[in-house]
Amino acid sequence: MSDIPQDFRYTKTHEWIAQNDEGSLTVGITDHAQGLLGDLVFVEVPEEGTTFQEGDDSAVVESVKAASDVYAPVDGEVTAGNELLDDAPETINTDPYGDGWIYKIKPEDEGAFDGLMDADAYQEFIELSDD
Amino acid sequence: MGKRTPLYDMHISQGARMVDFGGWDMPINYGSQIQEHHVVRNDAGMFDVSHMTIVDLTGDKVREFLRYLLANNVDRLKDKGKALYSCMLTEQGTVIDDLIVYYVDDNFYRMVVNSSTREKDLAWINKQAEKFNVSVTVRDELTMIAVQGPNARDKAHLALGKDTTAQVKDTAVFFIRFVSDSSLGDIAVARTGYTGEDGYEIMLPKEHASTFWAKLAEQEVTPCGLGARDTLRLEAGMNLYGSDMDESTTPLEAALAWTVAWEPADRDFIGRAVLDKQRAEGVDKKLVGLVLEDKGVLRNHQTVFVDGLEAGEITSGSFSPTVGKAIAFARVSSNIGDTCKVEIRGKQLTAKVVKPPFARNGKVCI
Repeated sequence: MSDIPQDFRYTKTHEWIAQNDEGSLTVGITDHAQGLLGDLVFVEVPEEGTTFQEGDDSAVVESVKAASDVYAPVDGEVTAGNELLDDAPETINTDPYGDGWIYKIKPEDEGAFDGLMDADAYQEFIELSDD
Repeated sequence: MGKRTPLYDMHISQGARMVDFGGWDMPINYGSQIQEHHVVRNDAGMFDVSHMTIVDLTGDKVREFLRYLLANNVDRLKDKGKALYSCMLTEQGTVIDDLIVYYVDDNFYRMVVNSSTREKDLAWINKQAEKFNVSVTVRDELTMIAVQGPNARDKAHLALGKDTTAQVKDTAVFFIRFVSDSSLGDIAVARTGYTGEDGYEIMLPKEHASTFWAKLAEQEVTPCGLGARDTLRLEAGMNLYGSDMDESTTPLEAALAWTVAWEPADRDFIGRAVLDKQRAEGVDKKLVGLVLEDKGVLRNHQTVFVDGLEAGEITSGSFSPTVGKAIAFARVSSNIGDTCKVEIRGKQLTAKVVKPPFARNGKVCI
């Protein structure tokens, strides 16, 4: 059973989104997603200042098995990328919701976070897609 | 639901993540593919390879048959029990399959062929065998477990018990021994593998597979999935049928010229005429090793560039846990130099051209 923190929001493409005090959002991939990918060996993190529309390819996570895109959950501008992942991509496997965050994004619409799927809905979504 | 090996329930109980592999439900890993990879390089791991096909060939003219069927020459097998790696070719010299053949006795050879090619292999072998009056018997009642790593043989000996160990412990590299084991029945222990490490491939009756797997686990042999098997064989410089060669490539285009026995020149084997011509004229494409200098991961089918022009493609690519970089086999123009570019998501990254293996016997070799 994978871990799904209650206070985060989620996407159907298995990104998690956390809200930061200064208005930015932190984006990573869920425990469920890292479990499916297996050992991560390379992460391409977007540069600060890059702008995305919701659904854009925003980062790439590569496991031994396969490469997988990370999609932007909202429209916005990247304010930071997690440089730790350059040398330690496996952090996403060991701490997907903490040190394994991928980037921070300042959403164009301040209310974008509230429009995303909550933990219960995501839980239900992965249970359905597992069948 | 796919076909299940006799170890299916065992895999589930050990937490395996199962995938479809050519119609079989097989373990891809039991948690971490990279840890399983390192265990084989540094200690001992075990693989369920029951999906592979074991074929026994018997008859008075079986050696003559194999001299004709295979590109490598079974006359290189002087001692009973010795194994030979070979390609089996079409009339056009392209690869039907790669296999290991064991010389058991003058009228008895055992062959292990791939699972994905099983039906076409058997059809081809049966067709050719007719002319030599050779009997072809598929041994589906047997299963195969590979125990690989520097400590694999010691641990396998403890799992096999004293009597069997006494009979197999002196088995030389690339030899097989047949033993009647008091609990496992008639088994065969071969000092072969697909990882670049020492170890055994053990063939035993299906009904004893779980018992033996559990005994190996008691000796702290770690279960390993097909994921680790693939990165281990790639590091070891071993080709994978279907990725690195198939019926569109000859051994000379797949870095397998070393497995073709050219002498004696009058030995007629299937595909020889085409290979002789290629050998004399040279080939346009060859299979080389690549190591990515930049950050990223090499993957199957990425395009290779030299001086801005397409020069080939990757046939097997992955991250190498032992080297710590991305590595690959690529089929490229024969005149490739020391470096090339590989296109990954629209960017051209630099790769060094090397001669495999990348890693064997616990060590990086490039």
